[in-house]
Amino acid sequence: MRRLIFLLPLLLFVGVGVAFFLGFERDPRNIPSALIDKPVPAFDLPPLPGRKEGLSNATLKGDVTLVNVFASWCIPCKVEHPVITRLAREQGVTVRAINHKDKAEDALAWLQRNGDPYASIGADLDGRASIDWGVYGVPETFLVDRQGRIRFKHVGPLTPQVVEEQILPLVKQLRAAS
Amino acid sequence: MKVPILKGVLLALALALTPVAAHAVQPDEVLPDPAMETRAREISKDLRCLVCQNQSIDDSNAPLARDLRVLVRERLKAGDSNEQVLGFVTDRYGDYVLLRPPFKATTLFLWIGPFIILAIGAVVTALYLRGRKGTDGIAVGAGGADTAPLTEDERRRLDALLNQNKLGKEDA
Repeated sequence: MRRLIFLLPLLLFVGVGVAFFLGFERDPRNIPSALIDKPVPAFDLPPLPGRKEGLSNATLKGDVTLVNVFASWCIPCKVEHPVITRLAREQGVTVRAINHKDKAEDALAWLQRNGDPYASIGADLDGRASIDWGVYGVPETFLVDRQGRIRFKHVGPLTPQVVEEQILPLVKQLRAAS
Repeated sequence: MKVPILKGVLLALALALTPVAAHAVQPDEVLPDPAMETRAREISKDLRCLVCQNQSIDDSNAPLARDLRVLVRERLKAGDSNEQVLGFVTDRYGDYVLLRPPFKATTLFLWIGPFIILAIGAVVTALYLRGRKGTDGIAVGAGGADTAPLTEDERRRLDALLNQNKLGKEDA
């Protein structure tokens, strides 16, 4: 029985090994947002030139809204754009955007080329509002509930799988909640 | 002919071995007040660049790191204490931005885990050593002072055995 104590280091080693091995599965880029379940930060972004509506925290109350942070220079943004377009046009989700550190004319040309599914866009020229949102890379996508609280964050391009498995069920749930 | 080459090699070596300033801080970011700039540098060294993850924002050239460096300096100019500046950033990015994790319930094991493991090791070692003393006491004593010396008969048999061994070796 006493001998079993010599197995303890081996067991500990196996335990640590298993823990580290499982760690390989986790994406180090997936940093949990500090803002989940917190109200949207106070911000007020002007519209792109020639447009009427920008984006502010006041805009984000009343409806469940998907907020997409994008830039024309961001390649993954282009990849996720059809997914977001489908969400807005076919799946009936209100989508607004923060245009992150972009030149206005580049952003407008990009929207011309790729389509504009956004209900409104706030131009964040210096990236300061993005910092308030805890954004550390584009694209990032947030889901905001009717009370204007951030309920979900996705880092990197949205995929149909994320939409089906996470966003749509959550939108349904948040709409039903209030 | 030889001398210029040697000089060239030496110059190249000198350049190669010169420590390169590793900071990413750009001249236009530096604050006019040196004391405040020193504080900004200290704070920046504790903040993780979220793009490159294992660099501090003081070391990183990423645009976000630059934005955060500028932000840190702005907060300092606005009169924030070092803790308030760190709080401002963690409110937005979470504890993950701190290169030195804070001591709290969720990080308790991180901080005291090594000491717990050390304590377990010490206890196990102590138990093992004490156990060994107990059993070895007899084994060590067998050749020691507390056993009777060989009798005359035993000594003769031992000598015979030892001699036999020696002869056997010579035969071979």
